[in-house]
Formats: sequence, C-alpha cells, structure tokens
Amino acid sequence: MLTKRIIPCLDINAGRVVKGVNFLNLQDAGNPTELAEYYDSEGADELVFLDITASSEKRFIIIDVVKSVSEKLFIPLTVGGGLNKLSDIRSMLKAGADKVSINTSAVINPNLINEASDFFGSQCIVVAIDVKKINNKIYIEEPKSDISLDNKSKWEVFTHGGRKPTGIDAIKWAKKIAYLGAGELLVTSMDTDGKKEGYDLDLIKTITSNVNIPVIASGGAGELKHLSDVLQYSNADAVLAASIFHYKTYTINQVKDYLSTLNIPIRPN
Amino acid sequence: MNKPKITIIDYQASNLRSVQKALEANGAKAEISDKPEIIAKSDAIVFPGQGAIDPSMKKLNEKNLIEVIQSYISSNKPFLGICLGLQLLFESSDEGEANCLGVLEGKSKLFPKSVKTPHMGWNQIQINIQNPLFDGIKSNSYFYFVHSYYALPKNNTIISSETDYGVKFCSSIVKNNLMGVQFHPEKSGPNGLKIYNNFINFIKSGKI
Repeated sequence: MLTKRIIPCLDINAGRVVKGVNFLNLQDAGNPTELAEYYDSEGADELVFLDITASSEKRFIIIDVVKSVSEKLFIPLTVGGGLNKLSDIRSMLKAGADKVSINTSAVINPNLINEASDFFGSQCIVVAIDVKKINNKIYIEEPKSDISLDNKSKWEVFTHGGRKPTGIDAIKWAKKIAYLGAGELLVTSMDTDGKKEGYDLDLIKTITSNVNIPVIASGGAGELKHLSDVLQYSNADAVLAASIFHYKTYTINQVKDYLSTLNIPIRPN
Repeated sequence: MNKPKITIIDYQASNLRSVQKALEANGAKAEISDKPEIIAKSDAIVFPGQGAIDPSMKKLNEKNLIEVIQSYISSNKPFLGICLGLQLLFESSDEGEANCLGVLEGKSKLFPKSVKTPHMGWNQIQINIQNPLFDGIKSNSYFYFVHSYYALPKNNTIISSETDYGVKFCSSIVKNNLMGVQFHPEKSGPNGLKIYNNFINFIKSGKI
C-alpha cells in the first residue's frame, strides 16, 4: 500500500540551516548535510530545503549545499526558494535535487509550470501555494480572470513569502496548477502556520477533493494528533513539518509509531 | 570479474548522478556515457529514465543508441532498466506515439482515474520471482515510486514483483540477465542501495 509521507522542512539561509519565527530572529541551527543525514537515518520519507536567502548574490550558495547533501542522501530531496526560470530549475536538478518547488514565479508566470513539467517531467515539479482565509466578505462584480477571487471564494493566494495578496482564488489556482501539469502541490495555510494548533483541515480537504495529484499539507503541526487529523480527514498524501522536528518535540519515529497505531499506512524504519 | 565496466546510459532524461552515487556507495565505479562504442563494450548497463516517452525515444534515436541497446540486451549481458528505463523496453506506451525499444512484448498504460497520478511515494513490492536483484530483500519491502504509467508485459512470467495502486501492476521484471524496476532504488534508502549491491554482485559472479 502507498504510504503517507512524513517530510521535515529545513530553512536554508546563506548555506546554513536556520530557525526563526516568521523569518525574524534567525538563529543558526546547523549544517544542512549533517541534519539531512540525521533525518534520513530517523526515517524521513523525503526532505524539503527552502532557500530563504534574501540577497540574490548569495543565491548560488544553495547549489553547493544541494551538491554536498545529495552526495550522501538516498531519499528524495525537494529544493525551493527563488527559482524563477527553467535554467534555475535545471541547475538545481543538476546539483542533485530530485524535485523543485516553485511558488511566486508560478503565479507571475503560470506557463513556467507547463514548460518545466514538459521539459523535466511532472514528477519533479512541485508547486507551492501560500493561502489565507478570507475573513471579510468581498463583493466582486465580475472576476478578472478564470482564477480570480469571486463572491464564493474562501481562500486567497499570497506570494513573496506571504507578503503579497494576489486576488487569486486558492482552489481555482490549485486546479489550474494540476491542469498545467505539476506533479504535486504543497499547500501552506498562513492562518495556521507557526501556531501549532493543527493544519487547516477544511482548506486541505477542499484542495484534495478538487485535484487528482498528490497534496502535501503544511502549516500548523504542533501535536501528533494534528498530523493524523490532516492525513485521515483531509486526504493529504504527505505532511510537512518544521519546528516539531527541529525543536525535537517529536522524532520521526515517534510520529510514525503514533500514526501506525491509528492504522495510517507509513513506511516503517 | 573484479572491476566490471558499468555504464549508465546518458540520454538527458534523468538524474544520472544519483544512480552513479548509489553504485559508488556500493564500491563500484560507473561511467555515464552516450557513446555507442562504450556502451557496446560494457560488462553491464544501467538504463535510468524520467520524464516522457516521446522525447526520450527521440533522444535515443538522435544519439544512435537504439540498435546498440537492442543488441546489447540480445547478447544477454546484465542490463538494469529503471523507471522509464523499464517502460522503454516494451513496444509502446499510451503516453506517446513513439515506438519504444521493443525488446519485451507489451506496452505501458496510465493508472486508472480512481487514484491520484503520479503514483508518488513509498509503496511495497510483492515478490513473485526470487532473483539475484532481490537477494536479502523481503517481499512487502518499501521502495520509492514516482510515475504515472506502468508496464503491462504480454508475458506475465517475466513479472518478478507486483505493487498495488488502484490496480496490481508490474513493479519489476526479470528475463535472464535483463532486469527492470519501476521504482527508484537510488531514492529508496537502504533497501534501494541493497538492490544496487545485488546487481554489482551479480555482474561480478559472471553468471552470464
């Protein structure tokens, strides 16, 4: 049986793993190669590296990190952050990444999704979306495009690390991403992210029931039950978590033991 | 055979370096090459693959690799196809128009609509035919898969393992010294590395 994947996410800044809260107070959390090997030995099913390097001059550093990490890693590695064009994707795959994750660049230029999927294969193109719930009812006479918000929209897509609202409906965008040929969706709820109160089950469930590609749920893991809830009730294929693993609240083994007691299929270590 | 010459076929369709690293992790050296003369003289071939069928066949054709691969396989030297490298061994695929290598009878089919595609993640293999590639690998072991199409061999006696995903599909084949796996052993942790180790040992044993 296909198992649900447990994916630790590591933020990389100028070649080092960092921890922070909302990109503030970044603290050094170690060497990416060592941490990658640690999570691999712990039974992680995949790893995600997110390059949060702010300056483009230092952007090339992530290539060296991916090269050295992938030398010793024999599970899939996804790299995201600042990839804007086919040549960026190519250099990341060449360095040893198995998949790339694109976010803002896909919103600005949706054709990047089908170009990249055609060129490199959809299996290595992950599209990440950062989503926020619409709290104040909006009134829109006529949506500007096929993916624009309308009066029934529940969630809006944000770009630029969650700083910029786009006027795009998250569910319509998810469907378009799948249609354009992406292999997987990584959905982060900005409302639940960092709060450790659980994933946005309604959001993830709405997305998984609207697309037929795998969905990784992200944002809000604080307790073991949060992980099982999103896998059981929202039909997510994988869960991404950062702080519960970095702060060693739980080990991957603890997560997998817990999930298997609930008969959620996982890969035993 | 102590230091077999292993060649990884380069037709710009996959992450070749990860395959090379997995062989190196097991103490073997492998050359990445698109040269027909180097491929023909190898002691063993690894034929990886990712992406789409038509562009892959086009690249193999441009590089004059089709005949050399076909005659290599008919010489019965060890050959391991991975993922798309397994599907390309058959006659055709529903994914594209191109004729594939046709060294095995059958074609590749898309997964049913009842399951998400691609089939992505860790799934189990039920071993039907114990063979050198699976030495020390238990039935129901987990491997990493990522694909939307699966091979449907006409002759089901070559199916060495099956995997469940909406349908029970062929996740590996063996026919004499020709082997193929649908999963990615180079991304499948210790079990996957064991597959490469088994392949290397099989080459060294010289049972050719």
